[in-house]
Amino acid sequence: MSPLFETFKARAEAVSAEVHRVATQREAFDFVIALLQEQGVREGGPGALWADGSFLKGSGRKYLAAEAPGLGFEVTREAAAEARVGISQMDWAVAATGTLVVDAAQVEQRLVSTLPPVHVALVGTSRLRADLPTVLKQLHPSQTNYISMITGPSRTADIERVLTIGVHGPERLIIVFVDDFERGNA
Amino acid sequence: MKSTFRESINVALNNPNLTGALGRFSEAYRVGRAKAYEGIDFEAIREQIRDIKGAAAGHLDELAETFKKNAEARGAKVFRSSDPAEVKAYILNLAKAQGVTHVVKSKSMASEEIHLNKHLEAGGVEVEETDLGEWIIQLAGQTPSHMVMPAIHMTKEEVTDVFNNEVEPGQVPEIAKLVKFARGKLRSKFLGAQMGITGANIAVAETGSLVIITNEGNARLVTTLPKVHVAIVGIEKLVAGFDDIQPILTALPRSATGQLLTSYVSIITGQVPNTDGTPKELHIILMDNKRSDMAKDPKFKQALQCIRCASCLNVCPVFRLVGGHVFGKTYTGGIGTILTAWFDELKKSEDIQSLCIQCGNCKIVCPGMIDIPELILELRRRLAVEQGQGIVQKAIFAVVNNRRVFHAMLRTASITQKPFARDGFIRHLPFFLSDLTEFRSLPAIAPSPFRDLFKEIKQPKCKEKAAFYSGCLIDFSYPEMGQAVVEVLNKAGIEVVFPEKQTCCGAPARYSGAYEVAAQNAKDNIEALLEEDVKYVVSACPTCTVALKQEFISTFESLGMTEPMEAARKLAAKAVDFSTLVKQLVDEKRLTFKEAKDLGKFTYHDSCHLKRTLNASEAPRELMAKAGYQLSEMSECDMCCGMGGSYSMKLPEISAPILERKLHNIEAADAPLAVMDCPGCVMQIRGGFDKHGAKVKVEHTARLLADRLE
Repeated sequence: MSPLFETFKARAEAVSAEVHRVATQREAFDFVIALLQEQGVREGGPGALWADGSFLKGSGRKYLAAEAPGLGFEVTREAAAEARVGISQMDWAVAATGTLVVDAAQVEQRLVSTLPPVHVALVGTSRLRADLPTVLKQLHPSQTNYISMITGPSRTADIERVLTIGVHGPERLIIVFVDDFERGNA
Repeated sequence: MKSTFRESINVALNNPNLTGALGRFSEAYRVGRAKAYEGIDFEAIREQIRDIKGAAAGHLDELAETFKKNAEARGAKVFRSSDPAEVKAYILNLAKAQGVTHVVKSKSMASEEIHLNKHLEAGGVEVEETDLGEWIIQLAGQTPSHMVMPAIHMTKEEVTDVFNNEVEPGQVPEIAKLVKFARGKLRSKFLGAQMGITGANIAVAETGSLVIITNEGNARLVTTLPKVHVAIVGIEKLVAGFDDIQPILTALPRSATGQLLTSYVSIITGQVPNTDGTPKELHIILMDNKRSDMAKDPKFKQALQCIRCASCLNVCPVFRLVGGHVFGKTYTGGIGTILTAWFDELKKSEDIQSLCIQCGNCKIVCPGMIDIPELILELRRRLAVEQGQGIVQKAIFAVVNNRRVFHAMLRTASITQKPFARDGFIRHLPFFLSDLTEFRSLPAIAPSPFRDLFKEIKQPKCKEKAAFYSGCLIDFSYPEMGQAVVEVLNKAGIEVVFPEKQTCCGAPARYSGAYEVAAQNAKDNIEALLEEDVKYVVSACPTCTVALKQEFISTFESLGMTEPMEAARKLAAKAVDFSTLVKQLVDEKRLTFKEAKDLGKFTYHDSCHLKRTLNASEAPRELMAKAGYQLSEMSECDMCCGMGGSYSMKLPEISAPILERKLHNIEAADAPLAVMDCPGCVMQIRGGFDKHGAKVKVEHTARLLADRLE
């Protein structure tokens, strides 16, 4: 797993993504809470939105709600357009290109990963695969109407070929690998 | 060529912003692309793409029906149309029926092709492009100058002016701020639009899926926020199976922008929920617009293998000088020329096809394995058939085609040139011919042609024989190159014959679209060169060698001539270029080099046909190294020198800056000697250095090897 992770990290960082790795879900929550504080997310101020996923099952949501004022779980178009940070879970990670892959048929998944300037993507370390063909065998259009692949933050080079990050989508993509992702409780 | 077109070339050439931006990009592109393909077998990937898209092009109707069935099973509405007017009407009617007043679009070449925006706006619907480059040119009232980077021709200052005049005053020319401004302005458009229009990079028949690739993330917003999604898809985007997307996803970002993958890839299959929970209307328009006709044309079917990466633009020595507003219409560059001829009409490609110098750069980088130069020649041929040759051209070919008249004329020329020629060069010509000598001197016609000098050469009697095909330049301007070839082959125990009836290789006629003339040249040469039973037919001109090895055959094929084919194949099997043959003779130990000696540095210029058609780039370098020279590679060693046969006569204004760059690269290699295998390149580069007064010696490989072989 480690060489794959190193490859992913190198490839994703090469396209301006930020890559972190934590051992437990609790550590992942604490990482996000600290980030939200750093981003100035607070009650009545700039908000954050977390799109529903298995990660929030059990006591996770309750813990976060208590520890992160300004973080909401009701993803609407209006809230997403206002939010400073969007958080969502990814289904797969691809080492060869530093890519995240997610079933994004639910509109909430897309809202939190397109509109806010910062996107935090959580993914189980065990969901890391070598290449895209391997992942697309697992996530096929027969199962979902919208497959979304994300490789780094939004970018453009349309003016004088100068690379500029964050044109329409997020200007920061923060990827957090969680080692015990599958097991559950915070 | 229309005078307005010629004028547009000169405007582009004199726009330093344009040539600067394109020039820097083409240099960076070469490096970025190579890096992106590290560890990838490009040849294997592009063979897969050729097979996948080639097979799809053979079954467009069937795939379109399968796609329709599968996409509709998932809730999409699929509309098939071959008529652009019908496509535009469908979308406008849909907008009206849904009460749409605002549309956001992500980049779609198919919509540009049919001028959709104009139609919707005339119908009272406001359309906003959201790809930053497309938005800029929409605001500026221009068309894209590049298929992937629509606004590459504009500087940040020009963009700032456009924003100040068309959107909101107070913008400053800082790229990060301009991008942020665009983000803010377009965000409200995304949120306010009722319809989103996209193209698609791939359409998968098996699953009814659209694959949409962007870097900015605008397509994700366009397909998420408005309640209606319309996708306009040219039917050449269809592939049969879902697995078929893999090689395209591997090649497209690498070839387009040197990325391993774009920031976003969306695979949309049927309806998805809107932000209010209702199911989104998805309308997919499968547009034909002459693509089926193209698929039925045995020559042009391969053009449907294009994945729209624009690498053919990025490597083109002409495109980087003039850009897409000159070199193309909606679709630009090499492939754009071909698509214009089909999607628009053949006549519309008349001027732009003449820009192709036939260097072959695009052919070797095309991920769809499309022989773009060959297809452009085919356009040229069809245009010539449709419109006939110009009077001057006709007169030229009448002469070139008549061996005796041609040779007599050149002999006369060697005498009449006297007022202009000095130490082997013609530096000035009067009147309208002066364009030809403005940027490089021309070689003087030699006092005795090779065909006369050959008779004086004393050769040993050998069992093995080779016929020498001189080509015009060696025969009349550089006979010493021919003498060197004979000397080298004699040293290997090969006796050289010079069939007197050989004539022009036909390249000038072929590259002008005059295939009948080229076919006659081919027939005459085949007869002359096969008259005696020789083992090899050797040429020291790569363009001639390509004619002997490949083009005689393809000219006959194009004209449906089967009768001379067997002889053409026989000649092709014997034909070989000088360096390849010498390398073989050295490997066989029939030629040995004199004792090692340090002869100093040289730099090697790869001639277009030698490197890209005959695949002989290593042989001359290796032979030169064995002869005692040290290689000092120049930047862009395999970029065209701007000669291109008669191209430098037809378009001297483009030939000159291409040569300028080559001379600069040679000088930067810091070697006193520039070596090449083509007398045409020698003529161009030596003539350029003569005009510049630089001290670099320019020589044909044969001349340097002759002295160094035992």
